[in-house]
Amino acid sequence: MSLPVEVMVGAVRGGTSILYAALGETVSERAGVINLGTEGCMLVGALTGYAVTASTGNPWVGVIAGAGAGALLALVHAVLVLSRGANQLATGLVVLFLGLGLTSLFGAAYVGRSINAFTPIAIPGLSSIPGLGDIFFNHDPLTYLSYLAGPAVWWFLYRSRPGLIMRAAGERQEVLAAYGHSPLRTRYLAVIGGGALAGIGGAQLSTAYANAWFENMTQGRGFIAVALVIFAAWHPLRAVGGAYLFGAALALSPALQARGYGFNQFALDAIPYLVTIGVLVVLGRKRAHAAPEGLKKVFEMTGA
Amino acid sequence: MGKRWRRSAGLLAVMGLAVAGCSSNSTPTTTATGGDSAKAPGTGGKAVGFIFVGPKDDYGYNQAAFEGSQDVAKAFPSLKVLTAENVPEDDNATRVMEGMIANGAKIIFATSYGHLDPAKKVAAAHPDVVVIQQGNIATGTIPPNFGTYFGTVYEPVYLAGIAAGKATKTNKLGYVYAFPISQSIDNINAFELGAKSVNPAAKTYVVNTSNWCDPGKQAEAANSLLSQGVDVITQHQDCTATVIKTAEAKGAFTVGYHADASTLAPKGWLTGSQWRWGPLYTEIVQTTIDGKFTGSKFNANYRVGLKTGSNPFVQSPYGPSVSAETKADIDKARAAISAKDGSPFKGPVMSQDGKVLFADGMVPDYAAIEDLKVFVDGVVGKLPS
Repeated sequence: MSLPVEVMVGAVRGGTSILYAALGETVSERAGVINLGTEGCMLVGALTGYAVTASTGNPWVGVIAGAGAGALLALVHAVLVLSRGANQLATGLVVLFLGLGLTSLFGAAYVGRSINAFTPIAIPGLSSIPGLGDIFFNHDPLTYLSYLAGPAVWWFLYRSRPGLIMRAAGERQEVLAAYGHSPLRTRYLAVIGGGALAGIGGAQLSTAYANAWFENMTQGRGFIAVALVIFAAWHPLRAVGGAYLFGAALALSPALQARGYGFNQFALDAIPYLVTIGVLVVLGRKRAHAAPEGLKKVFEMTGA
Repeated sequence: MGKRWRRSAGLLAVMGLAVAGCSSNSTPTTTATGGDSAKAPGTGGKAVGFIFVGPKDDYGYNQAAFEGSQDVAKAFPSLKVLTAENVPEDDNATRVMEGMIANGAKIIFATSYGHLDPAKKVAAAHPDVVVIQQGNIATGTIPPNFGTYFGTVYEPVYLAGIAAGKATKTNKLGYVYAFPISQSIDNINAFELGAKSVNPAAKTYVVNTSNWCDPGKQAEAANSLLSQGVDVITQHQDCTATVIKTAEAKGAFTVGYHADASTLAPKGWLTGSQWRWGPLYTEIVQTTIDGKFTGSKFNANYRVGLKTGSNPFVQSPYGPSVSAETKADIDKARAAISAKDGSPFKGPVMSQDGKVLFADGMVPDYAAIEDLKVFVDGVVGKLPS
C-alpha cells in the first residue's frame, strides 16, 4: 500500500469515531447548547457498547446501548443547563468527569475481556477499485454507516422542517416560541441526539476500531470533536472533513515510522492538532459570523 | 460486581490514608528522631505498604505488582499489607506513603518509575523506614534505608525474539512502543538480537505511540506495521489487548508483554514476557525484617537477571504454532545467557549506523545495557529526537 493511500485508509479508520461525535456536537450547538462533556458521552458509549456486546454477543445491540448511554449522559447536561440554568461550559466539564469516573468504576471488569467485535467487511466490487477500494470500502459496518451520517445530518438541519426548528432554537428562540414551538423541548432533543451520536462514536472506538475497553480510552477525541465543530463553522459536512483530516494526521506518524523514517517526536505528536487547526481556520475564517446566536450568548457568559 | 466495589473501597482507603497522612504528619518524625537509632531501618513494623501508579486490575504492570504484594501477605501472615492504587507520581505519593507509615508500615514499595522522587523524600524524612523503589535508578549516595530494584526485562524479550525470528516468513518483525525510555530501547534491541541469532535476515520495524495506553493509536500503529508486511508483532505498552487482537485478526503472530494474553490470540500467540514479583518482594521483606537491609544488595540499585537469581520477569507459555525445534533453541539460549559469561548483549553488538557498541566477546554489565541510547543493527526506524 502506498503511503498516501495508507494515510487515507487510516484517516477513515481513525476519524470515524470523531466524525460521529462531531456530528452530534454540531446538532447540539446548532440548537444553542455546547456540550464539553462530549468526551464523557463517548466514554460511556465506548464502555456500554463494549459491555453490552460482551454480554449479548451482538455488537449491534452494543452500539444501540452505547448510543443510549451517550444520550443519557447528555440528558444530565441538558437538565442542568436547560432546566436548572447552569453554566454550559462548567456543566460540560462536570459531565465529562462524571463520565470518566463512572466508566473507570464500572469498566474495570471489562479490561482484557474479549468480545464478538465488528470486523471489516470488504464490499464486493467496490473494494477492488485501486486506492479508493482500500480507503473507503474495506471497513467495519459502523464506518459505512458514518458515510451516510454526515449527509443525513446536513439534510436534517438544512432541508427538513424539524431541522429548521432546531436551528431556530439556536438562533432566536423567542421567534420559535412565538410560532408555537417549545424551544426548551427542541434543545433537549438536540442535546440528547448529540449525546447519542457521541455514544455511537465511542462504541465504534471500542467495538470496531480498537476492539478493547480501557479506562479513558478516548484520550481527548471528544474534545477534538468539539473543537472541530467550531473550526468547521457549525457545518456538518465540514466537520466530517475535519474528522478525516485529524484521522489522516494521526495515521501519518505510524505510517512514516513503519517505513523507517525518523522525525522529531514533538513535531510528530503535534501534527494532528496543527494541521487540523490550520486547515479549518483557513477554511472557516470567513464564516465567523456562522455561530448560532444562542451559542454566542454562552461564550459571552450572559446566560444559557 | 465484586470487583468494582472492591475498587471503590480501595479508592476510599487511599483517601483515608491520605487524610491520615495529613493529620499525623508530625508523629512519625518524632519516632524517627526519638532515640531509637540503634534499631535497623525497616524492623519492628506492623505493616508493609505498596503504592501503584495505576489500577490493580490493568492486566499489566500494576496488576503484576499487586499480585506480588499479595504473595507478601501470604508469606508474612503477621504483617498487614497496605496497598494503594492509582497513586500519582507527585506529592500525592508522598502523602499516601506518610499515611501508610502512620498506620504502622516500616517497609514501603513504591512500584512506579516516577515514584522515585517522592520515595526518596519519604526515606529522608523517616530513617527508620525502608523505602524501596521499583524500576528507576537512584543517583548519588544511596541512604541506608533506600534502594531500587528491577528485573532484567530484556532477557525474556530476547528469548521471545528467538521465537519471532523463527516464526516470521517475511523476515519483518514489528515493535509498538510508547516512549524512547531505556527500558523500551533495551527491549527492542534484545528482541532484534534474539531474532537475528536464529534468523540473520530478520529486521525489527518500530513505531512509537507517545502514550502508554491509547488503543486508537495502537490500532493505527499495528495496522501500519502489518501493511508493511510485518508478520510478527510485539509491544511495550501498558494496555496490550488492541495490538494483539489487531495482529490476530490479520493472521499475524503475536509476542506478548506484561501478561499471558494467549487467550486473546489463540492462533497467533508465540510466547511473551510476564511479571512474577512474589519471590523478589518476599526476599526483600525477609532481609529487611531480619535487620539486614542496610548494606545489603537491596540497599543499592539492585538488578536481578537469569545470572544472579530469580528474575521477576519470566517467559510466558508457548502458543500452539511454536515448534519443538524453536523451543530447543530457546532453551539453549536461556542456558547461554544464564552462564557467567552470557548476556543477550554479548559482543559483537553493532549499532544501526555501524558503530561497535560492545566489542567481540565483551559481556556488558546491567548498567552498560541500561545506558544504551541507540538501536542495534537490524532495527528499522529511528529513535525520536
